[in-house]
Amino acid sequence: MSDQKTDQMTGAEIVIKALKDQCVEHIFGYPGGAVLPIYDEIFKQDWLHHILVRHEQGAAHAAEGYARSTGKCGVLLVTSGPGATNAVTGLTDALMDSIPLVCITGQVPTHLIGSDAFQECDTVGITRPCTKHNYLVKSVDELAEIMHEAFYIATSGRPGPVVIDIPKDIQFAPGAYMSPEKVSKVSYQPPKKGDLNGIREAAELIASAKKPVFYTGGGVINAGPVASKLLREFVGLTGYPITSTLMGLGAFPASDDQWLGMLGMHGTYEANMAMHDCDVMINIGARFDDRITGRLDAFSPNSKKIHVDIDPSSINKTVHVDVPIVGDVAHVLEDMIRIWKETACSPDKKAIADWWQEIDGWRKVNSLGFEKSDTIIKPQYAVQRLYELSKDKDVYISTEVGQHQMWAAQHFHFEEPNHWMTSGGLGTMGYGLPAAIGTQIAHSEALVIDIAGEASVLMNMQEMSTAVQYNLPVKIFILNNEYMGMVRQWQELLHGGRYSHSYSEALPDFVKLAEAYGATGIRATNPGELDEAITQMINTPGPVIFDCVVSKDENCFPMIPSGKAHNEMILAGEPVDVEVSEEGKALV
Amino acid sequence: MMNDQSIEAHTLSVLVENAAGVLARVIGLFSGRGYNIESLTVAEVDGEAHMSRITIVTSGSPMVIEQIKAQLSRIVPVSRVTDLTVEAEAIEREMALVKVAGIGEKRVEALRVSESFRARVVDTTHESFVFELTGAKSKIDAFVHLMRPLGLKEVSRTGIAAIARGPEAM
Repeated sequence: MSDQKTDQMTGAEIVIKALKDQCVEHIFGYPGGAVLPIYDEIFKQDWLHHILVRHEQGAAHAAEGYARSTGKCGVLLVTSGPGATNAVTGLTDALMDSIPLVCITGQVPTHLIGSDAFQECDTVGITRPCTKHNYLVKSVDELAEIMHEAFYIATSGRPGPVVIDIPKDIQFAPGAYMSPEKVSKVSYQPPKKGDLNGIREAAELIASAKKPVFYTGGGVINAGPVASKLLREFVGLTGYPITSTLMGLGAFPASDDQWLGMLGMHGTYEANMAMHDCDVMINIGARFDDRITGRLDAFSPNSKKIHVDIDPSSINKTVHVDVPIVGDVAHVLEDMIRIWKETACSPDKKAIADWWQEIDGWRKVNSLGFEKSDTIIKPQYAVQRLYELSKDKDVYISTEVGQHQMWAAQHFHFEEPNHWMTSGGLGTMGYGLPAAIGTQIAHSEALVIDIAGEASVLMNMQEMSTAVQYNLPVKIFILNNEYMGMVRQWQELLHGGRYSHSYSEALPDFVKLAEAYGATGIRATNPGELDEAITQMINTPGPVIFDCVVSKDENCFPMIPSGKAHNEMILAGEPVDVEVSEEGKALV
Repeated sequence: MMNDQSIEAHTLSVLVENAAGVLARVIGLFSGRGYNIESLTVAEVDGEAHMSRITIVTSGSPMVIEQIKAQLSRIVPVSRVTDLTVEAEAIEREMALVKVAGIGEKRVEALRVSESFRARVVDTTHESFVFELTGAKSKIDAFVHLMRPLGLKEVSRTGIAAIARGPEAM
């Protein structure tokens, strides 16, 4: 009997053992009735660091920030019912942006499932459309295998969130453990290598291009630092211009001459014009998102399109491509470079020089320019100063969602992958502060800044308590214009300036708010004091809320209005006379 | 082909792990992404390997059909997706149980029609029949249509099951 017991563990012990075998060091979570046995096991050990958040959405975004900044899987632990439903926004965010997460949820005991028990919800039902995969553990004997499989599924192929819903009785039940290498039955085998014929065809097409452009995305970041390295090598070999989506920033250094800046709705003029006029588009790890394409039937009308993506369902989803390559970006780029060198591909130097000349003309438009002011802080200027004063540090940036996010993408320049945490696909206000916390947990010595808007950051402001509890020196840099700026901008441009409920008539005093949380508050209201205040923020050892009071009615330009094409951008300083069709207005 | 907007019906065979929630994932994909389901059948086909086969008849433009197949393949417990409309010459069958009630001439006529359709009578009372009929969808549609004036009471259909001709398995 005692012999039998030696290899038996409780479900809760199995969970902890599996986390150890998966090399998990940090877990973000919030306890509750249905996960108490797991919390009890966490209490009994000292290698797994649990970070107590203040809301389960915060746990999910913190795990995302952790994952995005390390390339590892983020892990969170929440209770049943409201614990699980609160995590749903974060799970959806992770699904949209392909972030690997494992989310363990407690569930009411098996015999109460379906009885509308206290804090019961249909977690697998609710999370099915917002996870890559999910499990309800029905027997302790399958628990270990499910745990390991979940990590494998979350991190392989196109990464994504996986939920494991564990009823409380199973956390108590004795069962056998299985180590990761014994898990055999994983039928999910996403492709890694791309088809060589496709890659050869792509290489030939790339070499023959006269007006090429690289259009890269978050897939490059997800494929690991080696993919960024290979991308730099290949783009260097070709000498072609490169732009990137919001999610892909940092994969290619912003300081490089071949860099055109971000593309899309608020991308640079040169990037969008190059996309519109190119003859060969090389999409690496991006998905033709609607923020990128603008009006689909006018999207890059004269180009042959190459698309490298690990997810076959991304190919031909909205834009027809000529050369699809399904595979991991790093593997495909490795093969591509080898073939490029073997076949001695060489671009048409004259045509490429002409193309660069055309691009230089677009660059002269200086589409990120803005009117400077001596009396009031322009938000773009604030981001520029933040960049200049922090760029020599090991700096990681997260953002909330809105105008400030776009200004951060435009004016903060990234040299390395995994240093930029932002909610792209779902556009989740409230992402940035918890994501900064997760990033700081992973990089304790780094300077982690959440470039925020005052409206967004309030959505998860409670996480300041988390930052203070763990002495995480995150810097919340709020571009405070008292408006939901992007909403206000759309109302100005598309709804006749009727600012319906986009102004926050009551806001907290952010300096006092910081102090209330036990952090430091700093405010800057004029450009003259900005540099000193930013320096003070950077030099403060603990968490800081920086209230940067900026101009209230600044619009984010350039902008492709909804329903318009890349070559119909609105630039700053141009008379804004947007004729958006009814169909365009109906778009988001 | 990609700009072809013509809507056509396709029969997809989807081999899945027979686990909880898999069917919900497949159906959720169709409702969540706004695709049509014209017919859906599902049953375990290999008890040892715990594999079920889902047969879905859906419709859309060629680009949408390609997208549906890619999205189905992406579901973790889906092991194989075959488009029986383009990848193979396939046999499609549906079974229906059809209840017809009536007396006199109509009752005789219903029985006569059922014979010409090779339907089987599986239940009889003095004033009703239940017919069992197997065939292509169009055959069942025609049978139901003919039974309508003869006292059609209710119909239960299985949806389409399909398999490719020849020696190969999916």
